[in-house]
Amino acid sequence: MPTVSMTVNGKSVSGEVEARTLLVQFLRENLNLTGTHVGCDTSQCGACVVHVNGDSMKSCTMLAVQANGADVTTIEGLAKGGEMHPMQQAFQDNHGLQCGFCTPGMVMSAIDLVAKNPNPDEATIRSELEGNICRCTGYHNIVKAVQQAAKTMGG
Amino acid sequence: MYNFNFHAASSLDDAVAKLGAAEDGTVMAGGQTLIPVLKQRLANPTDVVDLSGIAELSGISASGNGVTIGAMTTHAAVANSSDVPAALRAVAEGIGDPQVRNRGTLGGSIANNDPAADYPAALLGLGATITTNQREIAADDFFTGLFETALTDGEIIKSVTFPNATKAAYAKFPSPASRYAMVGVFVAQAADGVRVAVTGATDCAHRGPKLEAALSANWSPDALDGITIPPDHLNSDIHGSAEYRANLVIVMAKRAVAAAG
Repeated sequence: MPTVSMTVNGKSVSGEVEARTLLVQFLRENLNLTGTHVGCDTSQCGACVVHVNGDSMKSCTMLAVQANGADVTTIEGLAKGGEMHPMQQAFQDNHGLQCGFCTPGMVMSAIDLVAKNPNPDEATIRSELEGNICRCTGYHNIVKAVQQAAKTMGG
Repeated sequence: MYNFNFHAASSLDDAVAKLGAAEDGTVMAGGQTLIPVLKQRLANPTDVVDLSGIAELSGISASGNGVTIGAMTTHAAVANSSDVPAALRAVAEGIGDPQVRNRGTLGGSIANNDPAADYPAALLGLGATITTNQREIAADDFFTGLFETALTDGEIIKSVTFPNATKAAYAKFPSPASRYAMVGVFVAQAADGVRVAVTGATDCAHRGPKLEAALSANWSPDALDGITIPPDHLNSDIHGSAEYRANLVIVMAKRAVAAAG
């Protein structure tokens, strides 16, 4: 079986996987990082979004072997020293979640969004979150959260 | 997904060799279509040869005559490049969602030739040239049918060269769910005349000779008034009937001409 090595949330990890193992399976099942969710498993919903070498990607549509040597960040890697990432804090402050299933992916996509658009308007936030689906229909407060976080992250 | 042997190719020659040695090998570019296809067991290759480690296949270089984009260049890179003309940037920016655009590639899109893909319309509309490891292929000769292209076994796309156009724009009516084109129309005043390319309407992207003739005579949305597209052979699905798509072709063509100015 292929062996993969990568950096996940700052730590070097490696493991044996099948060629067909998805990155999200490796994260959840080999590393027990179950914060990254599998919603649709068809690249639609974005619950599985992680950062690979700094860009947000759907970890259900990437093989673990393709992440060999990559720098991966998951939702578990955001909080520093017990303090939430500004985006996580903004989701809490604005009640940017209901059931919470989509939230890890929303937060990971939103951080990439703000990194690339430091001062996004509402329309930009809504269009850039195209790849993340919230079935509780909680988009309104999610957008508010991203707007707040953009201010604190940019500040 | 059935299992397969995975190979990370280190060079184009290495990829060709690994494909040649495989019983039933396939090339993976960004994987944004291939991985879903493998999950659904619509394909069952013995070997997958990943091109993402081949540096020479990525990158954008502009010259006086146009822009050449490496096959493994992501949609996000195209959308954000100041070397790429605005109409082409807009095509890349409208594909899928940000995460798909961060992995999906130009070469992967055109090699797959989905009937509703955006890039094939842009290649046809701008009269692009596809460079492979074996030859150069005009876009007009490349897209041959439903998920079919002129690529032969062992042939891998290296880059696509888009010549400059005087005016160009793309207008699409996206499926609200997938962002694939229900119908997309790319129009251009290219070096060899007016070109109109339609995607989403039939088995694969194609030129629109009637629309080209009308726009050659009069480059204006009004020039398309009165032209009707017969719905025979047009795609029909739960998202829209053939008649609906036939109407969309004209509507999107008008919007594209208006946007091109």
